[in-house]
Amino acid sequence: MRFVDEYRDAERARALAASIASMCEPGRHYKFMEVCGGHTHTIYKHGLEDYLPEGVSLVHGPGCPVCVIPMGRVDDAIHIASKPDVILATFGDMMRVPGGSGSFFDAKAAGADIRMVYSPLDALKIAERNPSRRVVFMGIGFETTAPSTAMTVLRAAAAGVENFSVFCNHVTILPAIKAILDSPDLRLDGFLGPGHVSTVIGCGPYSFITDDYGKPLVVAGFEPLDLLQSVHMLLAQLASGRSEVENQYGRVVPWEGNPKALEVIARTMELRPYFEWRGLGFISHSALRMRDEYAAFDAERIFEIPGGRVADPKACQCGEVLKGVLKPWECKVFGTACTPETPIGTCMVSSEGACAAYYNFGRFTRERVKEATR
Amino acid sequence: MTIREEQVLERISRARNRKARLREDAITLAHGSGGKATHTLIEAVFREAFGNPLLDRLDDSARFTVNGADLAFTTDSYVVSPLFFPGGDIGDLAVNGTVNDLAVSGAIPLHLSAGFILEEGFPVADLRRITESMQRAADAAGVDIVTGDTKVVERGKADGCYINTAGVGVVQSPPTGEVRPGDAVLVTGPIGEHGVTIMLARGELDIEADLVSDTAPLNCLLADLMCSCPGAVRRMRDATRGGVATVLNELAADAGAAVVVEEDAIPVRPAVRGACELLGIDPMYVACEGRAVVVVAPEASEAALASLRSHPLGAESAVIGRVKDDPPGTVLLKTAFGGTRIVDLLVGDPLPRIC
Repeated sequence: MRFVDEYRDAERARALAASIASMCEPGRHYKFMEVCGGHTHTIYKHGLEDYLPEGVSLVHGPGCPVCVIPMGRVDDAIHIASKPDVILATFGDMMRVPGGSGSFFDAKAAGADIRMVYSPLDALKIAERNPSRRVVFMGIGFETTAPSTAMTVLRAAAAGVENFSVFCNHVTILPAIKAILDSPDLRLDGFLGPGHVSTVIGCGPYSFITDDYGKPLVVAGFEPLDLLQSVHMLLAQLASGRSEVENQYGRVVPWEGNPKALEVIARTMELRPYFEWRGLGFISHSALRMRDEYAAFDAERIFEIPGGRVADPKACQCGEVLKGVLKPWECKVFGTACTPETPIGTCMVSSEGACAAYYNFGRFTRERVKEATR
Repeated sequence: MTIREEQVLERISRARNRKARLREDAITLAHGSGGKATHTLIEAVFREAFGNPLLDRLDDSARFTVNGADLAFTTDSYVVSPLFFPGGDIGDLAVNGTVNDLAVSGAIPLHLSAGFILEEGFPVADLRRITESMQRAADAAGVDIVTGDTKVVERGKADGCYINTAGVGVVQSPPTGEVRPGDAVLVTGPIGEHGVTIMLARGELDIEADLVSDTAPLNCLLADLMCSCPGAVRRMRDATRGGVATVLNELAADAGAAVVVEEDAIPVRPAVRGACELLGIDPMYVACEGRAVVVVAPEASEAALASLRSHPLGAESAVIGRVKDDPPGTVLLKTAFGGTRIVDLLVGDPLPRIC
């Protein structure tokens, strides 16, 4: 497949891996956080860790959209979806995320009309085809997906579609990274920056990480060679004592981002004073809600929402996993009480969640796997 | 790897071997996916109620002897949406699916039944189109549809037309059944075409591709294979719901062995790969309706490959991997990128009503 296979070339990977190994200071342990869940998925899907020397470990970050949705918001969405005239449209990833009383799948089996869509525009189409129903789109994700939600609201407004609204759970990545940097129990050497978010916000906003916290950041693409090259770039920065924002994903990410996408977000949405993140708690100015001008498309204002806060299950250590303090397998319930079939925490749900990725793709010791695949 | 991590992994593997427990109070779509939830449902409800030595083997067909004749018996229901799709329709799917369940058991399919559940208002012209397609598929497979049933339900209580078929066959040269380390694993053609075709035929995705379903009867292909490699064919499975990954997991679990496959060796058409890449799904989990996974003794792998490739339905067969002894019950994939990962049973349903 053109434009994909080039970035999965095993020979180039071997050469890059050798160079990475030669750049590591003997005895030093490097810990890099990949911020984005898409990176976590790539790392496990392609077996990327097989190429990294022992001294380099990747820590999974908070950038998995469904992993950070708190249980209370899932319950709120189910509350909306359970009204007889409502169709809730959502990305498939959300279906199995556990709330305080079950998941979307459970709500669907109990009679709620919940439909999976690939784009918010599909939700708008459902609204146009079902004028007697109220269609609510479950808006989730970082700056990557917020523009398409915003665009859809603008289209709905322009077309006068009155039975469409958004339950807005969009979050912003920078406050989460800052929360991690301020967390006392974590030592990181650098960041693999989220490629897709950066197509929207650009590279400039990360400068507080490099300037104030002195940690290098490389905006990385999503193919395995992208990630290896980005690790290489981080090591090169550390070797020469630099701490800069660099852009490995230049083929997709312009330095200044996408001003038009930022503009549609700003036109329709504004920052919430604070928002709860699963496992990370309340983070100020870390999420978006619909502006007053678009109140007619804001499910939170159209429907009465319980807005209850549901404490994470005691056993669940998703917060520590999302901050990179714990490796997935170090969580008390990993793989026993919490599995992909019966997830307790959100990290076990999405294929971008660190726990699900680790459970599905990397459950055995490298030695056993190496022996079997020899 | 620390000792603690190994302890954790050990604990997980014990947890995975525990008896399945059905936690849900109501059926969800995941219970029909062919993945973990389906297995749990079968174990916790159907085997609990019906358990008997023939059923407990959970093979594609039940095998038993009547008056000295070694018979295979199987059934399958079809709820595919849409009813008509590029390369086939619910009719030939319903015939081929049951023929294939018999064929992978080493049986020569003889007679089929056909049960129809029709929705009030369903066009007779569509029903004719389906039955004609079924008869063509039956002719191609050399079977007769010898008994049947019709039920009609009120409008809105079914989606047009559902079909159940059952089939009996006579077992001539069954696979030995025992999978051992060193055995070769083959697939009889490019994977995932049926599933991706259905997905695109639903028209919800604004993706166009030149693809047709792979639905086909595999009885001649597999009977020829049994003849050319006598005693060397260990297991055969058709890779329907849940795709090749699910079949490999079941083989690994049954054998208490590892199956190690190479991503580079698995035939996948570019259109299937492209669509899967865009949709974020793995072709290994996408349904085929005319492909089988075959395990043969190591020394027979070349003969088996030659036999399969000599048949039009197996022309693109490939050896995709080997059986190893450790880690038991596991499928490992050597990625084209040069890494390794586990290919587990799928949780949840990527695509309901694929067949």
